[in-house]
Amino acid sequence: MKQLWLIPVLPLAGFLLNGLVALVASSSRAEKESGADHPLAPLPYAQRLFHGVVGVGSVGLAAVLSFAALVPYVLSSLHAPEGLAPVVQKVYTWMVAGDYSVDVAFRLDALSALMLSFVTFVGTLIHVYSVGYMQKDEGYGRYFSYLNLFMFAMLMLVLADNLPLLFVGWEGVGLCSYLLIGYSYDKDFAAAAGKKAFIANRVGDFGMVLGIFGVFALFGTADFSFVDLARRQALAGGAPLGVYAVCVLLFLGACGKSAQVPLYVWLPDAMAGPTPVSALIHAATMVTAGVYLVARCSALFVLAPDALTLVAWIGAGTAIFAATIGLAQNDIKKVLAYSTVSQLGYMFLACGVGAFSAGIFHVFTHAFFKACLFLGSGSVIMSMHHEQDMRRMGGLAARIPHTFRTMLVATLAIAGIFPLAGFFSKDMILGSAAASGHWALYAVGLFTAGLTAFYMFRLVSMTFFGKARGGDHGHGEHAHESPATMTVPLWILAALSVVAGLVGVPAALGGSDRIGRFLGASVAHPEIHEMSHGLEIGLMLLSLGVAVTGLLWAWRWYGKADGPAEAVSPQAHAFYEKAGALGRLVANKWNVDEGIEVLVLSPFWKIGTFLWRGFDALFIDGIANASAFLVELAGDLLRFFTTGHVRNYALAFTLGVAVFLVYVWVR
Amino acid sequence: MPFPAGDTLLILPELFLTAAASFVLLWATFVSRPRERGLAFFSIGALAATGLLLFVSARMAGTLPRSAFGGMFAMDRFGLYFKGILLLVGIVTILFSLRFISVSPYPGGEYYGLILFSTVGMLFMASGTHLASIVVALELMALSQYVLAGYFKRETKSLEASAKYFVLGAFSSGVLIYGISLVYGAAGTLSLAGIATAFTTAKPPAFLVIGIIFVGCGMFFKIASAPFHVWAPDVYEGAPTPISAFFAVGPKLAAYAIFARIFFVGFGPRAGDWSAIIAASAALTMVVGNVGALMQTNVKRLLGYSSIGHAGYALLGLLAYGDASGIGLWSILVYLLAYAFMNLGAFGLVILLESKGYAGESVDDFNGLAAKNPWLAAAMLVFLLSLAGIPPTAGFVGKYFLFSAAMKAGWFWLSLLAVLMSAVSLFYYFRIARAMYLVEGEGTLHWREEPAVSAAIALCAAGTLAMGILPGPFVQFARTCLLPFGP
Repeated sequence: MKQLWLIPVLPLAGFLLNGLVALVASSSRAEKESGADHPLAPLPYAQRLFHGVVGVGSVGLAAVLSFAALVPYVLSSLHAPEGLAPVVQKVYTWMVAGDYSVDVAFRLDALSALMLSFVTFVGTLIHVYSVGYMQKDEGYGRYFSYLNLFMFAMLMLVLADNLPLLFVGWEGVGLCSYLLIGYSYDKDFAAAAGKKAFIANRVGDFGMVLGIFGVFALFGTADFSFVDLARRQALAGGAPLGVYAVCVLLFLGACGKSAQVPLYVWLPDAMAGPTPVSALIHAATMVTAGVYLVARCSALFVLAPDALTLVAWIGAGTAIFAATIGLAQNDIKKVLAYSTVSQLGYMFLACGVGAFSAGIFHVFTHAFFKACLFLGSGSVIMSMHHEQDMRRMGGLAARIPHTFRTMLVATLAIAGIFPLAGFFSKDMILGSAAASGHWALYAVGLFTAGLTAFYMFRLVSMTFFGKARGGDHGHGEHAHESPATMTVPLWILAALSVVAGLVGVPAALGGSDRIGRFLGASVAHPEIHEMSHGLEIGLMLLSLGVAVTGLLWAWRWYGKADGPAEAVSPQAHAFYEKAGALGRLVANKWNVDEGIEVLVLSPFWKIGTFLWRGFDALFIDGIANASAFLVELAGDLLRFFTTGHVRNYALAFTLGVAVFLVYVWVR
Repeated sequence: MPFPAGDTLLILPELFLTAAASFVLLWATFVSRPRERGLAFFSIGALAATGLLLFVSARMAGTLPRSAFGGMFAMDRFGLYFKGILLLVGIVTILFSLRFISVSPYPGGEYYGLILFSTVGMLFMASGTHLASIVVALELMALSQYVLAGYFKRETKSLEASAKYFVLGAFSSGVLIYGISLVYGAAGTLSLAGIATAFTTAKPPAFLVIGIIFVGCGMFFKIASAPFHVWAPDVYEGAPTPISAFFAVGPKLAAYAIFARIFFVGFGPRAGDWSAIIAASAALTMVVGNVGALMQTNVKRLLGYSSIGHAGYALLGLLAYGDASGIGLWSILVYLLAYAFMNLGAFGLVILLESKGYAGESVDDFNGLAAKNPWLAAAMLVFLLSLAGIPPTAGFVGKYFLFSAAMKAGWFWLSLLAVLMSAVSLFYYFRIARAMYLVEGEGTLHWREEPAVSAAIALCAAGTLAMGILPGPFVQFARTCLLPFGP
């Protein structure tokens, strides 16, 4: 790939074209329809075609180029153990300050090539899906321009060769996430969710920015060449305290973007955005940026083992915490959102035990099955006329068979059923945790795998099995399958959810851990004790057993799904009643939002009110008003001399000359 | 005294513009009122063609700087820099005037001719290297402008502006020319280079200081710095608004060109005599301009006072006379370009909003502009931010270099005062911003109603932002346009 810059620039061009056309078209529509109070109709076909072609085309072309960039790395990893050397392409010097300069430069190595490829590929599929999903929306053009802008920012993030440029992409995806969560800006909950996401990410960015400063202070550069410096330092032995601090700060940034405890709260609310957006941004790509950042800086993190332990425990904690919340959600997208948070926890768990390539492997497989699940849920929601409550669904398997089958495949994949994609990536994480001796982390991960299988199969059962509980509306009876622009991406993603794991078949099963060797040069590989193949296979069987148990449990409780909407599963309902306070706590998402309200927001509110009333209004304004009064007095004085009479002006002139003369005289 | 034929080539652009101006004046007799637009477009074309000629004749002149007519006139990059901006100012002024004049009861033929003549005077000022040629050029500019100020001859305010401008202008010219005569008595020559040599070689007589101060006061009057500023608010308020815009930018730039040239080149060796006076005037000007603007409700008057304040900031550059890097001079050059963009732009908005016809312009005109036309409101916000010196706008860049020049020259208290006064200026600039965004207004405003003014505003906004976001190229360019001087 000689022209890496083309990859991000293509979606940028798409954004500009789509945005411009949408802007011009909407202003001319507004002029035509001003006065008429009927709601805006869908856009004319020609305009929709334009947005669709530009939106899909620009990302599709970027995907083709990304594959062209990926192929040499794949081929070389098959032959040479060290793989292809990273390529850095400088486009121009962005800023210079003294002898410090930041370039707009792109770095291509195995890690970024892999990220590029699946981001653009999944991105293309979701753009295609959106063509069908959004067709009746009057904001069609705005939607596609935002989506293109997101792709641009995400590709900048992945390709950046230095932390400042990565930060541009980082903030860019944050902005697009905000814009798309609040896409229906006339709805209060969507606007509020957008703000929540933005603010939670600000907290993380505070760490991120300080981390970037720290990297610069430690290594004198923010290029990713600092990773090599860190590696050399590792050989020399010992790491200064600063490295710990920088790792923790960067991880704080990653926690914000990748929705880890305690900054995860924004992601479930982000489901207010259109469903394809949830699939692309809040499941498959953007939220994995934090994992990417940790993997990219892995050589730095291995210098600070305590920081890695923190990463692992935050990840494990998030995984199990979010999974428990997922058990009791009834909104189909909320279940998937908590599932995403939980799976992201797995990825950090992997990074934390030093298995960075396992973390990226899970990012890779997760992108396919989670995108498939979200897009499937979108198809369900559309067929149910925008009903998202699973208690009102049921019995949809026969009515929307493509959606049902693809979602079932993806569910088996995420639950970790052999030999689907999720099995291999999740098992590599659990295996690494065990191999590195972190048995407590292993146990948490294993238990979470059971929870995952349970809540996912609960979702499938409540949605597709049993009888239609369409409630008063009776949408269930009239549900119909989505158009091909939506089902074809679903099938492609389902197929990949089956086979994507094959790139990482472990040696114990006769594979050769291709993904680990492929990422070899890009991420750090701390020493992990090899387990015997027998133990490894035993652990696999154990995790498979736990997953199947979860599935069967869900099947026992929800398989028939024949209860009324209030208690779809009588057994589960009875259990919930018995669980009492704990059950209510889980169903209420552990009251985290309320806790933040009491512990963080209300003290800040009080401090803010004091600063406003007590400090600003009395003290600062007092100073300002007093000085304004003085200045006003001076102004009046000046006005007194500005009489408007020429003779006075001439006198002033003469006096001025005289004063200057006297001044020079006496000096 | 015969001059080489090549000298004529060097003033070809000025000659061409003089011919064009005469042609407009004569042609105006045969043009009916509805067709005066043609004259305006011809004038714009003539200004643009002059710019082209400047480029061509500079190319043909070979190595710059070149001197002509026995040291009366110099073609150098310093002068060319000013001329480029001044031509742009002329074009923008005519764009501002198109509809303004066509709906007024006054014929536009002479109007455009006078703008061109005044521009010719300013072009000669930018190149003048001899006190005689400078004074003649100055008077050509000023006389055309006295007429322009009173062009709306049945409006008392316009007449008042004209009369005040003329009487005080004549007064200041008297002081200036008297000062020049004293300088001549001391140096025995009026050529700036000659004056400089005379002062370096021999000890000058004591009365030279008086001459320098008189010349300085003449300059202070032209750039409207305190205590010689009193005419400015009245004239800006009374003159037709496009002409106020012209006055606030064109003559000030030209005056700064001669100010810098006379004091850096001619009086350079006597810097000890004048730097304290410039510092005093700068301090007074910044205070008077910014404090005076606080109380104004008339936007033209407000911008008048604000432009007084800006003249004070630019004086700081002159104080960095001794710095070998030339930052004193190029910071002025950068600042004046920024000043041209943001002031013309702000006046453009005033012209656009003069709902009550002539001379009814108040801050209230801006009420609710953001709702009427968000683009124009955004442009005005850019100009206001720039005038207040807030990044990322041209005004910030200009002030930044001026203030750092003053710091480098050791004038800390003056830099501090300048920063304080910039803070004061926020107050009155943001009264306009507040009116645009927080107060409700009536009616609508579409750019199609005033395409020429809108185009000029867009140009100014683009310039203001471009200089603010990418100052590098502008600064680099200004640094190549310095005068040949040294301490």
